[in-house]
Amino acid sequence: MSTTTGTIPRNYTTESSTSPLEWLKSWLLTIDHKRIAILYLLAINFFFLLGGAAATAVRIELITPSGDLMTSDGYNKMFTLHGVIMVFFFLIPAIPAVLGNFLVPLMIGAKDLAFPRLNLLSWYVYMGGGLFTLCAVVLGGVDTGWTFYTPYSSTYANSQVLLTAVGVFIMGFSSILTGLNFIVTIHKMRAPGLTWFRLPLFIWANYATSLIQVLATPVISITIVLLGLERIFGVGVFDPRLGGDPVLFQHLFWFYSHPAVYIMILPAMGVISELITTFSRKRVFGYEFIAFSSIAIAVLGFLVWGHHMFVSSQSVYAGLIFSFLSSVVAIPSAIKVFNWTATLYKGSISYRTPMLYALGFIGLFVIGGLTGLFLAAVAVDIHVTDTYFVVAHFHYVMVGGTIMAYLGGLHFWWPKITGRMYSEIWGGISAAVVFIGFNMTFFPQFVLGYLGMPRRYHVYPEEFQILHVLSTAGACDPGDRFYRAADLPAALAALRAHRWR
Amino acid sequence: MNNFPLFPDQASTFAPQIDLLYGVLVALSLLFAGVIPFVILFLIVKYHRSMKADRSNPVHSNLKLELTWSIIPLILALGVFTWGALLYIDMRRAPDDTLEVYVIGKRWMWHTQHPNGKRENNELHVPIGQPVKLIMTSQDVIHSFYIPAFRIKQDVLPGRYTTMWFEATRAGEYHLFCAEYCGTEHSRMGGRVVVMSMADYQTWLTTPGEVILPDGVDAVADGGVVAGPAVGDPMALAGQQLFTNLGCVGCHRDDGAGQGPSLVGLFGAQGQLADGSTVLADENYVRESILNPNAKIAAGYQPIMPSYQGQLSEDQILQLVAYIKSLGDTSGN
Ligand code: HEC
Ligand code: HEM
Ligand SMILES: [Cu+2]
Ligand SMILES: [Cu+2]
Repeated sequence: MSTTTGTIPRNYTTESSTSPLEWLKSWLLTIDHKRIAILYLLAINFFFLLGGAAATAVRIELITPSGDLMTSDGYNKMFTLHGVIMVFFFLIPAIPAVLGNFLVPLMIGAKDLAFPRLNLLSWYVYMGGGLFTLCAVVLGGVDTGWTFYTPYSSTYANSQVLLTAVGVFIMGFSSILTGLNFIVTIHKMRAPGLTWFRLPLFIWANYATSLIQVLATPVISITIVLLGLERIFGVGVFDPRLGGDPVLFQHLFWFYSHPAVYIMILPAMGVISELITTFSRKRVFGYEFIAFSSIAIAVLGFLVWGHHMFVSSQSVYAGLIFSFLSSVVAIPSAIKVFNWTATLYKGSISYRTPMLYALGFIGLFVIGGLTGLFLAAVAVDIHVTDTYFVVAHFHYVMVGGTIMAYLGGLHFWWPKITGRMYSEIWGGISAAVVFIGFNMTFFPQFVLGYLGMPRRYHVYPEEFQILHVLSTAGACDPGDRFYRAADLPAALAALRAHRWR
Repeated sequence: MNNFPLFPDQASTFAPQIDLLYGVLVALSLLFAGVIPFVILFLIVKYHRSMKADRSNPVHSNLKLELTWSIIPLILALGVFTWGALLYIDMRRAPDDTLEVYVIGKRWMWHTQHPNGKRENNELHVPIGQPVKLIMTSQDVIHSFYIPAFRIKQDVLPGRYTTMWFEATRAGEYHLFCAEYCGTEHSRMGGRVVVMSMADYQTWLTTPGEVILPDGVDAVADGGVVAGPAVGDPMALAGQQLFTNLGCVGCHRDDGAGQGPSLVGLFGAQGQLADGSTVLADENYVRESILNPNAKIAAGYQPIMPSYQGQLSEDQILQLVAYIKSLGDTSGN
């Protein structure tokens, strides 16, 4: 093996080190944004695998209508683990922290991010948050769902709510620090002559994301502090028995978590814009529309949180306003899809792996976005909220969207990151299999949801079994295992590129 | 039930309306989700780099085109919004002549109680063709009362009442679920909704079961003791009993001569508050007045009413509400 690595030219991964300890230090104390990106890559993929394992356990349990593998508490902890890990430790940081860290300085012609030490700190903060959450899992797990609704989480749950919440709290700071770093870098460190409207769309997308990270994350931090105060000291904030208001929690939570879904999807859209243009050898169609739609999404995204609360006792007026704004917020997303499609026109297209992922992204995102409109129509939402319909919707946008873009982007920039080419054959197969497995898993869930199958159910009525089995079959097809496994060897390959001296 | 259903049963007046909107949304989606991949496939084949195609004068933007594909979806989206909104307003505004059923959720079961006092656990019997309004609260965490065949759902909160209404249209048994995650046995917190003809419902109401009698004590009544839903409302009678036993009457006399205001005609009216504002006296207001009397002070009175927080069960609060409601009706009609 070491002979083949010899062919790799010297780069940032091959810094000389005299001993393994020295080598470890050169990574763990690095302030090079490229190396920090690799650190993130490893950590984030670890969490991705963990979240994936939990998902598999959940799907297998659901093959039969009765509970067979786990107790009800075990099941509840399993889907909570899946949700918490995937949302906070994978989807939110994935693209900005890995691809963004690596590419933002390179794309704007800067030597590094504005605050390299802060960048390293944000990785440590992320790891600290992860550690707390893992501790919570080891010490018995948590069973509130990733949404932590009160007063269940603040008073009734007998699981590791606090540890998990502290983990998420800490992770939030890593998000804020990265966002801050990107904003300053993009404002201040562009190469001379690189004006805003010449920036790559990936930069625009990361810029919009950073704005949301900096503005929205503090809200969840404060909410977690309040939750902690109530849980530890009995200060009445959310539990009505202590004089609190349980719905207040939902407002605060979604005021962060709706913008957070755009933290997950905007960078993905940025990646897709790059992939589509590269592999059709054309400038993107309607640059300004795409750039501004990112900002429009970031702004509107702050005004629609109430669509998660249509049946929570919200007033009729609030319901109507949130329904209206949610219907409007779908438009900038639609515009992007049309513009990407138009970019293909008169292009010179090649079907390389990243392009396949990008096309897959469009397919899944269109379905996810359209079903978002179903949910925004409040009368329909009353029936399908808290059912598998919602579960399918957000997996189409988040998993279909963010993961396709993340994997597509990783393949695309893999040579730049590691100095090695990925295998085009395996890459193509992985893209196809992920796409098919994904649809098999989540499409049946739309039907299940409309039939009335509630989410977070350990046992369920028999008539839903066929659809659950179909869904599990999709989740367990070899492709799914493959894509979860695929990126780990890829990351290891990055380390292998290091030459011992 | 063993076949492969794509649509749930339609058993309320809302169900067909919502299914229609859903159907139109599905059709629109098929249009978009069918056309876009088709266009993409066409383009990626036609302009594959191995294909000879006209690539002269590539376009990089076209304001007219972009405005078109922004505005048409916007109009469609607003159309869907408006349709959904109109339906939603209907779903939230209960008609006047509803049959009121009380619901209490607790981990992990549902109690329901009919106006004549008949109680059920994890079941709800309702008549066809009669609007029914559920007045719901929870003893612990948030739950959600969900009847898929009726296409309705409403969260049930601790510390306040939420309501929802429906009119059943087809006899049968349907699922009742808890839709808001509430802990260990969340997925077993449900049961069935039984829809029956009005005549059957009347018979069912008056057959023995767990009923609540005017003295406020749960008991199993003999058949035929309890009359139909409209007459002799034992919920309100039990409330009246409590009203006396707890000493409310001392301050709240019907003639208004006590230290507190007369509650006759209060329910459903706009109450005047000491700070000059007014408030609609609904279930939540009455509840708050009992548990946290100083939150809103009635105009012209001193804040001397003691709080009954922690001294009453959810059942008893519902009975008091039912009684005060019955006082409201006498003056209203
Ligand atoms: C010590 C006398 C006293 C007792 C006992 C008392 N109340 Fe009151 N109540 C008042 C006074 C005074 C007010 C008006 C000031 C306020 O709103 O707090 C009031 C207000 C109310 C109101 C709101 C009336 C309005 O016009 O807005 C309701 C409802 C009510 N009481 C119900 C009850 C019930 C039910 C009980 C028994 C469980 C009860 N009260 C016991 C004195 C009393
Ligand atoms: C295209 C515009 C979109 C619209 C109109 C829309 C609308 C909605 C609505 C109304 C809900 C609430 C459903 C309910 O709980 O009853 C919802 C849930 C959700 N959406 Fe979207 N959505 C859109 C795009 C997205 C995107 C891009 C993402 C993420 C990348 C996303 C992620 C989520 C998540 C995570 C939830 C539910 C979380 C939970 O309850 O656990 N949505 N969406
Ligand atoms: Cu949202
Ligand atoms: Cu529940």
